[in-house]
Amino acid sequence: MTATPAPARMPRQPIRHRLAERGIDFSLLLLLPAVAVIAGLFLYPFIYGVGISFQPQAGGGVFANYKNFFTDSYQSGSILKTLRLALPVALVSVGLAAPLAYQCRRDFRGRKVVTLVVMLPITFGSILIAQGMPRVFSPYGWANLLLNDVGLPQANLIYNYWGTFIAAVLTTLPLSFLMMMGFFGGIDRSLEHAAATLGASRAARFWRIILPLAAPGILTAFMLACVEAFAIFPSAILVGQPDNQTHVLTIPIYQAASQNSDYTQASAIAIVLTAIELLILALAVFVRGLLFKGPATGGKG
Amino acid sequence: MAITMTDAQARAASAGFEKLSLRGVTRAYGKNPPALRDFDLELGRGDFVALLGPSGCGKSTALACLAGLQPLTRGSIWRDEERIDTRPTEQRGFGMVFQNYALFPHLSVQKNVEFGLAMRKVARRERQQRALAALRTVQLEEHAGKLPSQLSGGQQQRVAIARALAIEPEVVLMDEPLSNLDAALRIEMRTEIKRLYQERGLTVLYVTHDQEEALSLATRLVVLRKGRLEQTGTPQEVYTNPVSAYVAGFMGYRNLFPASYLESGAGREVTVSAFETSVTGTLIAGEQPVSGGEVTVAIRPEDFTIAADADKNAIKAIAEVVEFHGRELSVQARTAAGGVLHLKTDQSVVAGSNLALTARPDRVLVYQGGLDRSELDIEVGAA
Repeated sequence: MTATPAPARMPRQPIRHRLAERGIDFSLLLLLPAVAVIAGLFLYPFIYGVGISFQPQAGGGVFANYKNFFTDSYQSGSILKTLRLALPVALVSVGLAAPLAYQCRRDFRGRKVVTLVVMLPITFGSILIAQGMPRVFSPYGWANLLLNDVGLPQANLIYNYWGTFIAAVLTTLPLSFLMMMGFFGGIDRSLEHAAATLGASRAARFWRIILPLAAPGILTAFMLACVEAFAIFPSAILVGQPDNQTHVLTIPIYQAASQNSDYTQASAIAIVLTAIELLILALAVFVRGLLFKGPATGGKG
Repeated sequence: MAITMTDAQARAASAGFEKLSLRGVTRAYGKNPPALRDFDLELGRGDFVALLGPSGCGKSTALACLAGLQPLTRGSIWRDEERIDTRPTEQRGFGMVFQNYALFPHLSVQKNVEFGLAMRKVARRERQQRALAALRTVQLEEHAGKLPSQLSGGQQQRVAIARALAIEPEVVLMDEPLSNLDAALRIEMRTEIKRLYQERGLTVLYVTHDQEEALSLATRLVVLRKGRLEQTGTPQEVYTNPVSAYVAGFMGYRNLFPASYLESGAGREVTVSAFETSVTGTLIAGEQPVSGGEVTVAIRPEDFTIAADADKNAIKAIAEVVEFHGRELSVQARTAAGGVLHLKTDQSVVAGSNLALTARPDRVLVYQGGLDRSELDIEVGAA
């Protein structure tokens, strides 16, 4: 056997081509500002926070801050209180926004007004909303006056769980609405038409076509609302019952940091909050992975 | 394999409707001029009617009204003696095929085809069998388990057709079903639709802007113009005797130019002046125009012949663009006055050469009045 001559080495392609084949070119520089901001203003403080959470101010070992939190049933009880608030808030917010978004997916008279009204709470911010709520829900607010007039008992919808619940729904609703409007709007109208010609009633069209196709969007909206409600703070204090029913996780964080000047303890609780949020997000992402994710169009067009 | 009719099909065929009628159907969007005006149409069982016209002529609106996807501003729709325009879409029982296929992207091909049967509460086993049978008629049985996005455009449209046919509809509505396919596939699918129509004895209402498609498929043609019916008849009738320059433009009379009336000859023969010469043609409808009156002349590219230069009654033009089309050349020529003419010839012509063009008087159609060319927003086919 004769050895085959070594193949003539091809000259290497210029580096520019080789990099471009791997998707590397100068347009990547556009990412730099965002990366810098995220790294500087988010990633660094986060890692710093994780670090100091394991360096308790009062000593007592690496896990002392976490141990303090979890052994104090009043403090650790806020985990459950947060979940009990955030999950229903996200559910109700998505539930209310979904029909609105479904209607707003196409043009109709007054659509802009509806959209504007739904979006307004975003511009208000949660404090303004909390300021306005007593006028509606306090014993002399119009909601209770109305109940009074029709002879129903008064409802305690403020300065307790429900006050924060309502405020949180109001602030998360626009986000859910915006999110889902995009998803519903992306569903080709001809799919509904096709389903109708095949004999599907309005309800069947919604349950079998619209909902499955919008499910990823609904789930995303749910996650967003959930995260938003997890970090609720002003309305938990202003229209809730911050020492009891709405003693959500942000309150012990605030107390540790501002009242006790113990940033390490505050960081530890914040890490717990983050971990729970991530757990919920991971679950939602997993569920979303099981859903149909392709474009919601019926083919070309 | 022979196409076997299911019981339901046989029942539908024997107990079906006799005719479907649209009476005075008008559809207006807001304050705009109505998209469809006082439109009457009768569709007998077994008909293949093509609604033809440029975009915006109201053809798709007519279909949407019949399907119940659009409310009627005025008018009514009848299935024999029963008024059906008050029924929602899902209770009309028409199969529909859409331009963009409208397949449910999250359902498999099989489930797509089963959808209409599931809505009719057909038992699962029967549903599966009938869906597979429908897929077999469009030769896609082996793709039943795939998602629509895994199929090519032509395959997707075949699934859409199978889906519409699986419910054994009394009428199949097709809204430009071939417009999104490329040219070769379009012709193949056209044959496929015609085959299904013939084999299964369907009743079809077909919307298209493509005169070739309409002519080759339909048993009856309905040409629409600005929301009104312009002409109806068999493909042969409309092709050979377009009632207006507008319809002529759709029927392959690519040369449409203004002229002025000179004099009448024997019968309906008239002489008009155009391109600094006189052209003899056939007056199609209406009274004799007044001398010097505005007329529109329509000539098919294949009806021009290249005459000897000496012929003084020929239109003089210079060949500008010459395209080779296999057996013939397609030539775009420009007259001295700047008018553009299209012709087909088997003689050899090179760009820049002088042409003298004539056409037989019976092939030159003369219509009274001018023509707004912008109305003829047509895609001229290969033929």
